[in-house]
Amino acid sequence: MRVIGLSTTVAAFGALAFQAEAATELQWWHAMTGANNEMIEQIANEFNESQSTFKVVPVFKGTYPETLNAGIAAFRSKQPPAIIQVFDAGSGTMMAAEGAIVPAMEVLQKGGFTFDKSQYMPGIVSYYSKPDGTMLSFPYNSSSPILYYNKDAFQKAGLDADNPPKTWPEVFDAAKKIKTSGAAPCGLTSTWLTWIQTENFAAWNNVAYGTNENGLGSSDVKLEVNSPLYVEHFQAIADLAKDGVFRYGGRTSEAKQLFTSGECAIMTESSGGLGDIIKSGVNYGIGQLPYYEGHGPQNTIPGGASLWVFAGKSDEEYKGVAEFFNFLSQTKVQAKLHQVSGYVPVTMAAYEETKKSGFYEKNPGRETPILQMTGKAPTENSKGVRLINLPQVRDILNEEFEAMLSGQQDAKTTLDKAVERGNAAIAAAISN
Amino acid sequence: MQRVVFPNKILPYVLVAPQIVLTIVFFFWPASQALYQSVMREDPFGLKSGFVGLANFSAVLSDESYLNSLKVTVIFSASTALLSMGLALLLATAADRVVRGQTFYRTLLIWPYAVAPAVAGMLWLFMFNPAMGTFAYILRRNGFYWDPLLNGNHAMVLIVVAAAWKQISYNFLFFVAGLQAIPKSLIEAAAIDGARGTRRFWTIVFPLLAPTTFFLLVVNTVYAFFDTFGIIHSVTGGGPAKATETLVYKVYNDGFVNLNLGSSAAQSVILMAIVVALTAFQFRFVERRVHYG
Repeated sequence: MRVIGLSTTVAAFGALAFQAEAATELQWWHAMTGANNEMIEQIANEFNESQSTFKVVPVFKGTYPETLNAGIAAFRSKQPPAIIQVFDAGSGTMMAAEGAIVPAMEVLQKGGFTFDKSQYMPGIVSYYSKPDGTMLSFPYNSSSPILYYNKDAFQKAGLDADNPPKTWPEVFDAAKKIKTSGAAPCGLTSTWLTWIQTENFAAWNNVAYGTNENGLGSSDVKLEVNSPLYVEHFQAIADLAKDGVFRYGGRTSEAKQLFTSGECAIMTESSGGLGDIIKSGVNYGIGQLPYYEGHGPQNTIPGGASLWVFAGKSDEEYKGVAEFFNFLSQTKVQAKLHQVSGYVPVTMAAYEETKKSGFYEKNPGRETPILQMTGKAPTENSKGVRLINLPQVRDILNEEFEAMLSGQQDAKTTLDKAVERGNAAIAAAISN
Repeated sequence: MQRVVFPNKILPYVLVAPQIVLTIVFFFWPASQALYQSVMREDPFGLKSGFVGLANFSAVLSDESYLNSLKVTVIFSASTALLSMGLALLLATAADRVVRGQTFYRTLLIWPYAVAPAVAGMLWLFMFNPAMGTFAYILRRNGFYWDPLLNGNHAMVLIVVAAAWKQISYNFLFFVAGLQAIPKSLIEAAAIDGARGTRRFWTIVFPLLAPTTFFLLVVNTVYAFFDTFGIIHSVTGGGPAKATETLVYKVYNDGFVNLNLGSSAAQSVILMAIVVALTAFQFRFVERRVHYG
């Protein structure tokens, strides 16, 4: 008996040691904070518990641009993570670096999975694919900008709290009313002026952002964000800023604080910002992204981020990444991601499942981002925006917007300068 | 001067070796990399690169925003050095007069120096952020439209104050030491001659403090140039509209955000030249006029 007992103990120890050694670690660098960070931890844990061969380790690397730069620096020093989350604007940078990445589709095939395009949401997959249809990155968190409004402030100002304004002029009027009636100290704010008020503005109102299908056709792009509709829109925002009706929060999602603190009553923000808004306890409502009569609504383009796989890893690691991507695309994971975080589901099955469960009847407005993105077949203005240096062009736009909002220049000058500087930066980046 | 001869031929080299190795690894090697990168053009991932001669330099020097950041740097460094040295001198003279609890006051005043730049930046940001800062609310309630997110001057004031606050302790320490080195007899003699406090300060104390002041001027300028990156990065990120983008911040931004490595390297080479010139100038012309007691 003693001998047997001993040997089983040894065997058990051996098995444990073997297991600990065999679990291949896969680093997952990401840029998620708050409620979305908790979601990442939870997904990684569930994956790690579902099998014992691989271990996904999420590592927070800062903001979206910081995460991308950390990844590039790691690649240059030959120690890249297996998976990196890259934001929409960084997609062009990653796509241009063919030797540095392995297409997500190829990774799935290496792991023995087949990639069936028809199971995924078409708008999202095509955004992250090469023109020949190869899916380059795995869409993780796709979002669409929507309108959030504070129902309490709407009621105080005598506005209809169940029907949010639909067009931009209506939104501007409502914002003025909120400010003048004293319902809130500020009427309107927006996160991500570049992503929401130029890139999605272009798609949603069916006006060009740049030449060559906004860069999807070819990397040689001339910006067109100084056409009349943009000038009209930004002049209106500049005028509201002068009166304190519009408040600027910052270049990325900082303005969310202005909404959750009750300071500003209307905000355009990513649907992925929902988690934090729910947490804050604001009595919020959701509406469609506003548009201009006679131009929109067309369709919005996916924002958020996708997961890229670096080149130069072992076959074992690629197998693990494939397993993980397969796990991520399971309906129950996708459905949860969508229902908890407000991101758009990546697979059709998850969308159908959520619809069937009656989730949208119970949570009105939650289907809005999906309907916005998939409602109409995209035109050449609304497939997306792809520049090899989009983060840099966004910075240029932000700088000019800041100069405009502080009253130094009008909208026309702002946009003309942004186009001129942006075109020079694009030309320089292409020649690199 | 007397020549010192070491009997052992190898030992001196062994003794200086660690310092030389450190200098090579942390200075000469990165500096040579910067020189090399500054004449190359390369894609972000380092997959392909090519020699472009001085094209990066001419692009940088003809760039309007580069000249702007030069201006920003001069304003920022001068204001930070002036503010932190002025306040430190004021505090040091005050602390010098305190009879009881001198050590206690001094210890308290030295604390901010232990705070990391990024943390110092966050502290001030928490107080003056227009969305959540307590002081920002007070300012706005009193009719002052405080908005460092859009107003470049407000943003500049915020980072100057944060950067100066952190450096006051360091300057304070040196000024206190400098004040203690001034012979009491000189001050007493002046007092007997009928010189009042202010006059005694400007005619005796201040000139005798000149070596300390000069030393601190060099240290503070170098600090404002290089060590304030963390503050700027966490408070303003160089914005709004480049109003707080110093030369060092621009090197970072163009290299690591805009991924234009050639331009970034060229800028850091120019920065190296500026610092060498500045230090040489200070030691050659300013130090000569300083009266070393």
